[in-house]
Amino acid sequence: MTPANANAPEGRAHAAEPEEYVTVTVADQMFGLAIDRVHDIFIASSLTAVPLAPREIVGLLNLRGRVVTAVCLRRRLGLPDREDGAREMAVGIDHQGESYGLLVDGVGEVLKLNPDTYEPVPAHLDGRWAALAQGVHRLDGRILIVLDVDAVLAFDAEARAA
Amino acid sequence: MDDLLREFLTETGEHLDVVDVELVRFERDPNNETILRNIFRLVHTIKGTCGFLGLPRLEALAHAAETLMGKFRDGLPVTTDAVTLILSTLDRIKQILAELERTAAEPEGGDADLIGNLETLALAAPAPAVPEPQVTIGTLAYQVLERPLKPGETSLDDLERAFREAPGPELESAPADPVPEPAKPEAKSEPEPGEGGFTKIQTIRVNVDTLEHLMTMVSELVLTRNQLLEIARRQESGGGDGGFKVPLQRLSHVTAELQEGVMKTRMQPIGTAWQKLPRVVRDLSGELAKKIDLVMQGADTELDRQVLEVIKDPLTHMIRNSADHGIETPLERRAAGKPEKGTIRLNAYHEGGTITIEIADDGRGLDFAAIRRKARERGLAGEAELERMGDAQVAKFIFHPGFSTAKAITAVSGRGVGMDVVKTNIELIGGTVDIASELGRGTTFTIKIPLTLAIVAALIVSVEGQRFAIPQVAVLELVRVRPGSDHAVERINGTPVLRLRERLLPIVPIARVLGLPGAEASAGDEGFVVVTEVGRRRFGILVDGVFHTEEIVVKPMSSKLRHIPLFSGNTILGDGAVVLIMDPNGIARMVGSEEGRDQLMAEEAAVEPASDKAETETLLIFRGGAGLKAVPLSLVTRLEEIDAGKIEWAGGRALVQYRGRLMPLVPADPAVPIRREGLQAIVVFSDGERAMGLAVDEIVDIVEDRLDVEFTADRSDVVGSAVIRGRATEVVNVAHYLPLAHEDWARPARRAGPARTVLLVDDKPFFRELLAPVMKAAGWRVLSAGSADEALALVASGARADAVVTDLDMPGRSGFDLIEALRASARAAHWPVIALSSAPTPEAVERARRLGVAEFVAKFDRSGLVAALAEIQGPAGQALGEAA
Repeated sequence: MTPANANAPEGRAHAAEPEEYVTVTVADQMFGLAIDRVHDIFIASSLTAVPLAPREIVGLLNLRGRVVTAVCLRRRLGLPDREDGAREMAVGIDHQGESYGLLVDGVGEVLKLNPDTYEPVPAHLDGRWAALAQGVHRLDGRILIVLDVDAVLAFDAEARAA
Repeated sequence: MDDLLREFLTETGEHLDVVDVELVRFERDPNNETILRNIFRLVHTIKGTCGFLGLPRLEALAHAAETLMGKFRDGLPVTTDAVTLILSTLDRIKQILAELERTAAEPEGGDADLIGNLETLALAAPAPAVPEPQVTIGTLAYQVLERPLKPGETSLDDLERAFREAPGPELESAPADPVPEPAKPEAKSEPEPGEGGFTKIQTIRVNVDTLEHLMTMVSELVLTRNQLLEIARRQESGGGDGGFKVPLQRLSHVTAELQEGVMKTRMQPIGTAWQKLPRVVRDLSGELAKKIDLVMQGADTELDRQVLEVIKDPLTHMIRNSADHGIETPLERRAAGKPEKGTIRLNAYHEGGTITIEIADDGRGLDFAAIRRKARERGLAGEAELERMGDAQVAKFIFHPGFSTAKAITAVSGRGVGMDVVKTNIELIGGTVDIASELGRGTTFTIKIPLTLAIVAALIVSVEGQRFAIPQVAVLELVRVRPGSDHAVERINGTPVLRLRERLLPIVPIARVLGLPGAEASAGDEGFVVVTEVGRRRFGILVDGVFHTEEIVVKPMSSKLRHIPLFSGNTILGDGAVVLIMDPNGIARMVGSEEGRDQLMAEEAAVEPASDKAETETLLIFRGGAGLKAVPLSLVTRLEEIDAGKIEWAGGRALVQYRGRLMPLVPADPAVPIRREGLQAIVVFSDGERAMGLAVDEIVDIVEDRLDVEFTADRSDVVGSAVIRGRATEVVNVAHYLPLAHEDWARPARRAGPARTVLLVDDKPFFRELLAPVMKAAGWRVLSAGSADEALALVASGARADAVVTDLDMPGRSGFDLIEALRASARAAHWPVIALSSAPTPEAVERARRLGVAEFVAKFDRSGLVAALAEIQGPAGQALGEAA
């Protein structure tokens, strides 16, 4: 959806401004999602599986009267599923007017990061991961991969071609 | 685009629609002052606004039209030509508006043609004898903008002044003071009662998104209320009340009413979809030189705006169809003793939870005999099948794609496009179309559609522990099935069927189609069969359990899931769970293609006749040796009877002078020698320069029939046997005789080594069946497909081929499309392709070269085909290595 006030004076992503990220973990790797793309954090429960759906879509769920399509970030990254019984946390994202829930292992704090720790995606990162990453931030002792939310949700074409 | 212009576009668009309708009414009733005043006022408004916004082209056009209408008001007789001219002026205005909407600027160009004509007509008007008392036109609206003006905006007062000041035709006689009265509430265009016009109710414009959002919120409220009720019930049974009960009941009541109210905001009178129709019929009357009256009833019947959008175009098409095919010319009508003027009646009314729309004409009615004939010609149904069908069923053939019995193709209809789309669109929203027709009396189409798409009644079923919703409109009946009971699922070669009232109903084991875990393990013959009908196909969906029916709020499928044809949407049930809505149309489609796939798999092992395909072939029947023999007429070049005395014998072989060459003769049955005297009947086959004659005892007949060939493997002279016209007939394999006549038509030797696979694509089962044995004889395994899509599905499903043989000329996606798709795919990009084409054009050859087609082979040149296949054996080996 396009914001109503497209002619707002200051656009996003001023090079010098610190950016805020919602951090999530998947298989002990930390990922960051731009905070303005995240509108919800919730526990994914009572999922309705969709037969014949692409593998990445684990099902549909009811989030306060809206039907949300649950996408598994693990599967999207080509990682194995977790063992059963683990509590699934989900990050609510709106993409092209539709609601999605990105299933992750856990949700961490919101980080305000300066551009000076930012670097482009390392060239030798696995292709599947590189396609979903915007860049990385060097943090104390860990690396945060900034996810490209639109790329994460752009899998229908791939899925059908395969 | 600025707001002012946007507002202008919306408003003007609506005004023009009204003017369209009113003009047609006015033409019929030229003395009706009210209509004229209404039109005049609207055009005047458009003109004024255009002037104000600086749109000179629009202003000039509107001005000229207004001038002419001014003359009408002054007593100029209203002629059809004049009205046509004004209508085409309106069309031009609409064109300019469309351009304006796209580019925010008036397009280049002039309208001198129209303006000239309008002025000529206006000038030709005699001066009015008595100037009529000036009627006040238009009024001032008292409007207040509840915020300060933004830069660039203009107050409404200024706007109003601008169009008062814009030059108008009434200026000569207008009173000095153009402002007639102090401002008063806006007099909306309410025609006097009894006019039967389009009533305007006071409305405000609300963004559709706002309404959709409201709808979502109300759905959520309903769910929350349901949860509260559930909690209250539990507390009550636990002994406590907590004082909830009364306020909860009140909440429940308010919620229900709110839901109803919000639903209503989405409703629109069906008349809005009809607005353009009078104009359409008027124009058609002119084009077709017919006299047609359009009667509309029930225009205020309300339905959901989403439904309205979907049926708008189908309705227009059906009206066009009635006018073109239904209504006869005045001459024909008079001859049939009917009034010259035909009537198309459009009627809408509510009936239960659905809305019924009838489109009736009093024209010639459907010619069932012609439809039956056409259906047979096109191979849509067999003779016997057609005889069994009632007229109502036969009528439904007109919804078949490309079906038109119109003798002449007119610009209006008759190209067979449309009626199938009409049906598809209506079925898409869960509606049905029925046809009733009487020869010479007319045809009535009855469309039944649900009132709203947003809320439908659905049957909740369970499959392997998962719940699904099936729209109630699609459910004909429910049958409980249990092994050993009256209703038990039986199997024909593994395919489940149910005996229902002396007919076999195909059963779709939905769990398997959905690929649900455990579906294969469970016996699956116990549960419920949901009987449903899609098009002319009736089938049953086998589910494990049935719960209840529930009114569900349909939510669209996520765009990531929309490609799954089995579901039309999803919904949230009362208990908060998300449930998928099954789409019987999609199930029918998917199952249909699955049947096709199974069949293809079977063909891989042994080519089986496609018995369910009702294709007919023209066959030549002859007697040669014992029994009747047949050969497809398409393979035959000529039939001859020659004087046996002219047959020359050389080295035990019979030859005859034929068209300046020696043509070898071969007996159809070696046991029956070629005649030495009298007349010898021969069937000539030719391939380019070469020809051969098949000596037969007697040519019996040429028939058109379905060809269900029982293939025989042990004889090379016949393809197999078939029952043609009730008699067992051997279908001759021409490929067997050709090498007997010409050595160089030699049959290629059987290749040793592993069998290679060839993918054969041809839309005609007949050719697939004819060519497949030839290729198998040459040592190929044959995979066949009846269309490009089928072939691509095979490739997608992992089928591997060392070569592709495809017909180029197929309905739907052509052979070229297929080759292009193969070239674009990863796996099949290098597969060698042989194209079947009888007479390729230079363009086709060039296109084929670009696509890397290995060879062109004429469709009946089987030895050529085998030779071409033999040549690509080399590269095929590479392809094999690559695929492995």
